[in-house]
Amino acid sequence: MTTTTLHEPELARMARRRAMVPYLLLLPGIAWLLVFFMVPILRLIGVSLQSGVYPNYEFTWQWDNYARLWTTYGSQVWNSLRFAFAATVICLVLAYPLAYFIAFRGGKWKNFLVVMLLMPFLMPFLLRTLSWKIILADEGIVVSTLKTLGVIGPNATLLATSVAVVAGIAYNFLPFMTLPIYVSLEKLDRSLIEAAADLYATPREAFRKVTLPLSMPGVVAGTLLTFIPAVGDYVNVLLLGSPSEFMIGNVIQSRFLVVLDYPVAAALSFTLMTVIVLMLIPYVRATGTDDLVA
Amino acid sequence: MKFVKKHLLTIYAIGVFLYLFIPVALVILFGFNDVRGRFNFRWVGFTLDHWENVFFGPVFGGVPGLWDSMLTSLRLAFLSSAIGTVLGTLIALALGRYSFRGRGATNVFLFLPMATPEVVMGSSILALFLALRINQGYATLLISHIVFIISYVVLTVKARIQGLDRHLEEAAMDLYATEWQTFRRVTLPLIMPGVFAAFLLGFALSFDDFIISNFNAGPTIQTLPLWIFAANQRGIPPEANVLGTLIFVITVLVMLLNVVWQRRQSAKTSV
Repeated sequence: MTTTTLHEPELARMARRRAMVPYLLLLPGIAWLLVFFMVPILRLIGVSLQSGVYPNYEFTWQWDNYARLWTTYGSQVWNSLRFAFAATVICLVLAYPLAYFIAFRGGKWKNFLVVMLLMPFLMPFLLRTLSWKIILADEGIVVSTLKTLGVIGPNATLLATSVAVVAGIAYNFLPFMTLPIYVSLEKLDRSLIEAAADLYATPREAFRKVTLPLSMPGVVAGTLLTFIPAVGDYVNVLLLGSPSEFMIGNVIQSRFLVVLDYPVAAALSFTLMTVIVLMLIPYVRATGTDDLVA
Repeated sequence: MKFVKKHLLTIYAIGVFLYLFIPVALVILFGFNDVRGRFNFRWVGFTLDHWENVFFGPVFGGVPGLWDSMLTSLRLAFLSSAIGTVLGTLIALALGRYSFRGRGATNVFLFLPMATPEVVMGSSILALFLALRINQGYATLLISHIVFIISYVVLTVKARIQGLDRHLEEAAMDLYATEWQTFRRVTLPLIMPGVFAAFLLGFALSFDDFIISNFNAGPTIQTLPLWIFAANQRGIPPEANVLGTLIFVITVLVMLLNVVWQRRQSAKTSV
């Protein structure tokens, strides 16, 4: 390099070529996502405004497809929201103490405990979800215990109810809640808690005024990462619920795959996507995308 | 009572771990169930018949279609994760090693597929193929799986790249290595554990995916999750539990080995 002198135009050309490198690296992957992810999502808008009878749908500005969301599918929308909310709350209650335990009491076992947390999810999804049919079965241990305690009536069942659906969703999304909380607790500066103790804060006060506020980014990230897939879920209902528990995902699935009513399915899909993006924008603005998924 | 109060958090954590592992234990246990009738939801008695049937039965896997769907899933997971890992690693290199216009926008764009509910992603890809009159099959399944793998690969590999010591690459350049040689001899070996972890993650995501496959497999292709789902209507044979147990044990071993390997690699590079 030092012995050869490069002329100005050559240097400029090399610099230009160097500037091209990142774009060339991005090209194949981003192109793939544009064609097979972005285009399909944007096409939903067009499809969602069509009307007609399968297979002859035409674009007619059929806004009524969107109105179906509350005129026809109000109960499914309501189910999605309340099941996802209930599952998110359960996950939070289970995940926070667990994440706290791993981060502060894990010691040298910390990494092993995180592996343990993820391990159940190596069992195929459908099989581990169907396990809840055994747990919540009519003559199973949970139902009989609850009957003995008088929590539920002698003829009550749990399978094919909203309880079973929420149990399944909460079970399947627990790591999405635990990991972000764990990460935020793990990188929390321990000396801050010690400082609080030095200033005569009781452990309870130190937790409430230092640990909890500093772990809030993890709690918010975990809540979003749990609520978002939960609200669009339909498999837990198909496996553990009954048609009266159907969520909006079930409607999209059956409109698309069974009834072949693409316009209404597209309208529902696009609405779901929009609601979720709107939920995420404030978060991404505040913290960037890295924290949510790191 | 004092003991309980002192160890309340530990007891709670053990409780949550039990909650996580009980369903898994039940899947394994019910592979040994001497089931009566079609539905395997009630414990009858212990038997090794289903295990024997999986390995030595008239068809491998014990039940027609089970092993074939397993092979389909393995092939699909391998291919989609391999392609997804290449595409994602290239993006991660661009994001982790260069500053360029549109970097922030690219980060946000890559975040979108992970934020999209699977039902929306699956159905929108299906709608595209329907409009183009492309028949559902292996190709559409592969394409859709690669879509949801890419972002996770980028995330995993980018984390590894950002954790690298830049001085190692600068040292190579100082010793007259060309940019390509530096990449080939220094960068690539150093990010390899991250790339491998990303491949495993992509493999696991594809292998266990039900929703995207539900929309994009079409009537002729059956992955393992699709097979289990279809079998669920008429009762899942315990042979599926046996296969699930094998999958679980093997993936746990792979995961533990990868953790050990990652730790060795980082011990090596941090010196």
